[in-house]
Amino acid sequence: MFTKLNDKELYSMSNQIRQLVVEAVYCAQSGHPGGSLSICDILAVLFFKQMKVDPSHMEDENRDRFVLSKGHAAPAYYAALALRGFFEKEELKKLRRIDSFLQGHPSRDKIPGVDMSTGSLGQGLSAANGMAMAAKADKKDYRVYCICGDGELQEGQIWEAAMTAAHYKLDNLTLFVDCNGLQIDGKVEDVMNVAPVSDKFQAFGWKVLEVNGHDIAAIDQAVEKAKALKESPTVIVCKTTKGKGISFMENQAGWHGAAPDEQQFKTAMEDLKRQGGL
Amino acid sequence: MGNLSTREAYGKSLAEFGKKYDFFVLDADLAKATQTLVFQKEFPNRFFNMGISEGDMMTTAAGMAACGKTVFASTFAMFAAGRAYEQIRNSIAYPNLHVIIGATHSGVLIGEDGASHQCIEDISLMRTIPNMTVIVPCDEKSVYAAVEAAICHDGPVYIRMGRLAAETVYQEKPEFAIGKGNVLKDGTDLTIAAVGDLVPEALKAAAVLEEKGVSTAVLDLACVKPIDEELIKKYARKTGKIITAEDHNVIGGLGSAVSEIIAQEGTARMQRVGIKDCFGRSGTRETLQDYFKLNVAGILEAYERL
Repeated sequence: MFTKLNDKELYSMSNQIRQLVVEAVYCAQSGHPGGSLSICDILAVLFFKQMKVDPSHMEDENRDRFVLSKGHAAPAYYAALALRGFFEKEELKKLRRIDSFLQGHPSRDKIPGVDMSTGSLGQGLSAANGMAMAAKADKKDYRVYCICGDGELQEGQIWEAAMTAAHYKLDNLTLFVDCNGLQIDGKVEDVMNVAPVSDKFQAFGWKVLEVNGHDIAAIDQAVEKAKALKESPTVIVCKTTKGKGISFMENQAGWHGAAPDEQQFKTAMEDLKRQGGL
Repeated sequence: MGNLSTREAYGKSLAEFGKKYDFFVLDADLAKATQTLVFQKEFPNRFFNMGISEGDMMTTAAGMAACGKTVFASTFAMFAAGRAYEQIRNSIAYPNLHVIIGATHSGVLIGEDGASHQCIEDISLMRTIPNMTVIVPCDEKSVYAAVEAAICHDGPVYIRMGRLAAETVYQEKPEFAIGKGNVLKDGTDLTIAAVGDLVPEALKAAAVLEEKGVSTAVLDLACVKPIDEELIKKYARKTGKIITAEDHNVIGGLGSAVSEIIAQEGTARMQRVGIKDCFGRSGTRETLQDYFKLNVAGILEAYERL
């Protein structure tokens, strides 16, 4: 029987997720550490407190659904799934290898616990809408959670989906925007400014909450609040740090899609162990 | 002609099968044109208008299907296979979800709207996607058969339909199985393999050729993918000459699919009737058929080249 974690345990869990992210990307010598590390606290709250999911009843029609629209943050998603018991932690060391089911980006027909294949940016929110619409049509009370990036808001389909969610009053849907401020080519505001994010969603008919995306208690309270808001979808705009927790990765666009070498791996793990966790 | 167009048959078939099967229907502000409004009237709670946003519609359909639903997503072929190609590829086909893309207004024979709306690339685009099934029914009864086969299938299906009235080929709902072609007429000297609006033209051309003493077989290859390899090989051996006919670019469509098999077998000579790698243009159906030779004359000319 799974017991929901308290805030202190969630903090420790997010630290464990980060350690597994760094290890997986190091083993693969490929992957996206920066944007994985920025969503670990959100994932800890979702998978270890808020979401109704059960690895021993994976096909339960009433389970909550999760879509990682920013699919390149797969290492963090996989780490959360492994820690929650969907597959063995050892598998994470085989990330991106030909003999592993852990694809570079999430794949629903290969990976236990993954509800939707993603990786091509801009599509996850539409898929989450479809899940939320199916729930309402079937009068089921499961909830749907989705995480997209701030750079990803540059994709036009996000705003098509934003209209859809408001039009169909998808109050069973909660979207997190991981605002780490960076994308591959540099700062989001320099590449293609998406600000003001909250105002845009508000104008599209969404309820908007803003939190520090690394404050476990604040994220949890925002999710609780979103559950109580009716007649419209809720977006939780999360201010985050790309590369969070690793001294030399924080706020560096260069760590969007690069793997650490042996020395960097050691430094990164030391950084994380100092901050708590195991 | 007084016959239904394949899109009208599509709308009617959805409304009818809606009583028997549980599925959702999505449209992108073209419910009147694609005829999904016939389903909407019967089952308003199972119909969702997604507005003019085809990419969002395709991925939303995928999300519903990921929750175990069978979902139809309808718009014009141009905006389904063309505009939303990548959503179909990554969100529907890659996760192998049961979304049936009901694409109407395909080919140049939609008429006056012109090249921007005349999708002549969709068979090609869809059949190169792994997991995808591609069906091109030719008349009312074959649409019913295709739609029911798609509902009973598991995985993504692209059904390609037209705009204008389709001549009747099948008096009764045909036996239709995914991966199987239909022999409409047997023959020993020539095979004409066709899809969609070119099926009745193929039958008419065969009648003309028979009078000239050319024993002509006609195949309806409505299931373009997976294509009926055995049937094609059999008729290649039997007749030694094959003509394909379609309202689609000769690159990548039925002609390509058949020639891929013939090239491996080396058992027959081939000619392809279709759009010769150029954009369409405005006109009536009849003038366009003449202009692009998507008719009996075009098939007879192809025979002369064999």
